[in-house]
Amino acid sequence: MNVVVAMKQIPDLQQIRIRNRQPVLEDIPWTMGAIDKNALEAAVQIKEAQGGKVVLLSAGNEELEDTAKEALAAGADEALLIIDDKLDEMGSAEIAKILAAAIQRIEKIDLIIFGEGSGDNYSGQVGSRVAEILGLPQVGYASAIEVQGESLRVSRSLEDGKELVEIGLPAVITVISGINEPRIASVTQILKAGKKPKEILDLSDLALDLGEICPVKTESNLAPESDRKRVAVKSVDELVAALKGENLIGR
Amino acid sequence: MAGILIYSDKDKLARELLTVAGLIADARGWEVKAACINNARQCQLLSAAGARVYQIENPAVLPADAANVAVALKEACGKLDCSIVLLSSDRRGRELAGRLAQVLGAGCLTDISAVKVEGEQIHCQRNALGGATVATQYIDGEKQVLAIVPRAFAPAPDRDGGSIDELQVEVPPSRIKLLEFQAKDSSSANIEEAPVLVVAGQGLNSQEDLAAVESLAQKLGGELACSKPLATDKKWLPEDRVIGLSGKKCQPDLAVLLGISGQVQFTVGIRDARVIVAVNSDENAYIHQMADYSMVADLHQIVKELNDALA
Repeated sequence: MNVVVAMKQIPDLQQIRIRNRQPVLEDIPWTMGAIDKNALEAAVQIKEAQGGKVVLLSAGNEELEDTAKEALAAGADEALLIIDDKLDEMGSAEIAKILAAAIQRIEKIDLIIFGEGSGDNYSGQVGSRVAEILGLPQVGYASAIEVQGESLRVSRSLEDGKELVEIGLPAVITVISGINEPRIASVTQILKAGKKPKEILDLSDLALDLGEICPVKTESNLAPESDRKRVAVKSVDELVAALKGENLIGR
Repeated sequence: MAGILIYSDKDKLARELLTVAGLIADARGWEVKAACINNARQCQLLSAAGARVYQIENPAVLPADAANVAVALKEACGKLDCSIVLLSSDRRGRELAGRLAQVLGAGCLTDISAVKVEGEQIHCQRNALGGATVATQYIDGEKQVLAIVPRAFAPAPDRDGGSIDELQVEVPPSRIKLLEFQAKDSSSANIEEAPVLVVAGQGLNSQEDLAAVESLAQKLGGELACSKPLATDKKWLPEDRVIGLSGKKCQPDLAVLLGISGQVQFTVGIRDARVIVAVNSDENAYIHQMADYSMVADLHQIVKELNDALA
């Protein structure tokens, strides 16, 4: 079974600082989105059980070749990377067309796995858009994937319950973080990752027709204003008194 | 006359979408139309709130199959002359949003928590950079799919002027087979509705310590919740109690945060609480900066003392 895992390179969110309500992104290292690592682990587990290969697919700025190493170390067999600094400015609609065009270059793909949402924007559109462009069925929010011949049994986790569905291959699946615990690459795997096959394309290598797109425009992007009291409380008695004062206990 | 179409498979969320649709429709002199798929009860509910309801009855349109729902809604948009579609940004709605936007050639925003019509543009607020920032964005173009966060808007009240008409749509055979749906039992937690949340983080020593935290939640008249690692890594609590970007966004009157460091992916789910109490033994933990009352102390000791004080 050949599985494509689409991962998004994002700035390391834990290192973003805020200055005058503006996010400071200079010198922030890049990493793969957290839920994308669950998508990779799900793909690697399927490959280990069924044979085949795992292809890492990602589109991003020039740091991507480096960022992709962690995914190759964690079990992807090869990488198809679209590298172009213009990609950072693009929205979900454009990225979906780019990823779909890249997937069409790969021979015999059975399954495409995404995380349910990217770590930074968490819009959750790209997997669904790629499925539509490629004309494939999709199941989102998978908490378990079981291969049964030419089809999958997928458990999906929804707010009001759990659903078990059967979906024929090829298909697009998005996973939630609870589906597995991503493995941590060993030193040997990290060293070997640099030698795994990589194909690097730029936008002009893809026969792209961006077609009709209603683009998303950003008016502002600011940290929310916070007006918390920030009272340092020394004892539980003091805390209980404060909460009584707020009319939150003893109501 | 052009129009705006709403759709959610959930009755309550559909009524919330009517409220948002009303804001946009009023500004443009449009009509609010609603698509109900295989759901006669929802037709009545939305019509009672003044919507022009289009009832789609077609067993091949399964909510579990986003591809077919998207095809059905595309047909509805064409027949009803609608260029903007509002969906709920729950899991089903978010999955559908991307697919529908692609079918329509539309721009799409999901997880929208506020909407303001500014001339030709519909300004939408949503979290960005994992919740570190709130972005105001709009779609530059006629065709738009907007998915609205549950509970961000009040459900539309009853109003005259509603109607129900049948609408025929053709969809291909579904490629998804629904084998089983297991509804959550009604005893499961509803942390989004709770007035008080006591939230445990990775500072909690062991699963056994949860009992005391839960007891405190009960004494405060609230629910127990947690940060994501407690559910997904440690499996101490179910996923439906997770607060954060990929969990739930809650606005309780009181949030007591225990042993939580304060990464944005967590705080985005609780920063709208009225009063925040933070207990963390690390004085440099960011969570102290976003609390109304903060204690640099061992959470286990504080939970014990609070349980005694409130007994």
